[in-house]
Amino acid sequence: MSPNIRSDDLLFRVGTGILAFLLIAVVGGIAFELWRVSALSRHAFGWTFWLTDVWDPVAGTFGARTYIWGTLYSSLLALMISTPIALGIAIYISELAPSRLQRPLVFVTELLAAIPSIVYGLWAMFVLVPWVRQLETATPDWMKAFPLFSGPPFGIGMGAAALILAVMVIPFSSSVAREVLKAVPQSQREGAYALGATRWEAIRMALFYGRTGIVGAVMLGLGRALGETMAVTMVIGNTPQISLSLYKPQYTMSAVLANEFAEAITPLHISALVEVGLVLFVMTLVINVISRAFIWSLGRQAAPRKARSTAATALAEPAA
Amino acid sequence: MRERWRKALSASIVWLCLLAVVLALVPLALVLFYVVQQGISSLNPAFFTHVPVPHGEEGGGMANAIVGSLMVTGIGAIGAIPIGIVAGVYAAEYRGTWFASATRFAADTLNGVPSIVIGVFAYGIAVLPFHRYSAFAGAFALGVMMLPLVMRTTEELLLLVPSTLREGALALGATRARAVFSVVVPAALPGILTGILLAVARVAGETAPLLFTALNNNFFNSDPRQPISTLTVQVYTYAISPYEDLHRQAWAGALVLVAIVLSCSLMARIATARLEKMQRGS
Repeated sequence: MSPNIRSDDLLFRVGTGILAFLLIAVVGGIAFELWRVSALSRHAFGWTFWLTDVWDPVAGTFGARTYIWGTLYSSLLALMISTPIALGIAIYISELAPSRLQRPLVFVTELLAAIPSIVYGLWAMFVLVPWVRQLETATPDWMKAFPLFSGPPFGIGMGAAALILAVMVIPFSSSVAREVLKAVPQSQREGAYALGATRWEAIRMALFYGRTGIVGAVMLGLGRALGETMAVTMVIGNTPQISLSLYKPQYTMSAVLANEFAEAITPLHISALVEVGLVLFVMTLVINVISRAFIWSLGRQAAPRKARSTAATALAEPAA
Repeated sequence: MRERWRKALSASIVWLCLLAVVLALVPLALVLFYVVQQGISSLNPAFFTHVPVPHGEEGGGMANAIVGSLMVTGIGAIGAIPIGIVAGVYAAEYRGTWFASATRFAADTLNGVPSIVIGVFAYGIAVLPFHRYSAFAGAFALGVMMLPLVMRTTEELLLLVPSTLREGALALGATRARAVFSVVVPAALPGILTGILLAVARVAGETAPLLFTALNNNFFNSDPRQPISTLTVQVYTYAISPYEDLHRQAWAGALVLVAIVLSCSLMARIATARLEKMQRGS
């Protein structure tokens, strides 16, 4: 090999590598920037930022506990609704649907993910919320005794937010779960059938085989739910309070960013908002990394076939 | 008896799964129905040709917001697409090296960062230092969001190109750069373009990262250094206003947004079906 080609190859590798590095730089940059701009607030409040409820830009006191609660609670509720549905869809498409139906169904669930958040928000505000309000008005009194259903029937509030969040999370969880089920070797199901299993028992085997990936799929949905902004902001009611009630308006981290950031003037207010962003960033980062690790570990388990097909390419490349 | 119970359980689970599919399709159908129904009655030519008017006046539109959305998304795409493609080339070419894995990991991480947080980042990078909201800042936020999408699609599609193609080029004495950019990438280009179309469409529907970067503007603006109106932010502003006539404008805006997104998805769908046919044919 002539030295010319070698130096060209090096140039190619370094040139493309620099742009690839940009992605790492952006992620690092986000972490750094959020850390830097939130310094003022971090120094002023320390841990009390996480543990107190008073958010008063005028007095310059900032505690984000209500927002963190709202984000966690709404995401958890959404996940409780979306997970069975998403798994059902994944199972139906990959295991049960006639092959003619499979692709159209995949396309339709992808559409669910393609509709912009703001459109879901608009729909939720003007269509879903009145429905939820009717439902809340019709609640019998004995149910209102439970903390989950207490409070006046505004329509706007935690319940509506969780519902619209669930709709938005379903396509993400279901598409990952579908991939996971696809990666489960056919022999698993055949083995189950050979032992006399019913359809559901065979599916249960496949789910068990792919359990880490399924958990990963659900967590990926959680990551989406935590960061979702527009639709939640429009229906959750934007009232900072900690309550278990589905009927009460509450507030989330992303919503407070959406509502206050453009109007924040004092450096401390901006800094406190950025710290909310930092918390949100760290939360989604952790969730995403864990879920990727789950999905990835399954991929490795079922990978030997894949490794062989890329071996040919590896041979073509002189050892790097 | 036990046998019957197991069969019944199995059958009912099958029905439950079908029910899950229906449960997911109902909101999709409802959203589309309401957006079309409410949107069409509010959509008129003025919507595309006029700038917003105050509540109560007749005949305002979102012309400036449509132009603004195109501008912000366009500038973002111009910045992000080349970088994303080249980064994807690296990740595919040097797959298996730890650095390629690191970039892939970074891309997946970036993809999972909430869009509002990317907005905060863009605020810190492109608004704070210049003391001014601008179309550039919005474009920067959207570009950052497109980056991982473009990179990962490029990578995946490059890996689908048969290795014989690049081996042929290398055997003829091409350098690696030559083999990749004149043989492998062109072979994967239709697919990559499809992926990019989807990425751009997805990001074009974003609101959160624009709220405090591009901000909003009630007038036409062609200067990217100034705040600019976008379709999504305008829909949001109108939706949370208390006025009926502005709500109607919001529905019209939502219809336009959905039409854009759906036509992009459909185009991409048709393109992928064609690609697969071509690949099977060859």
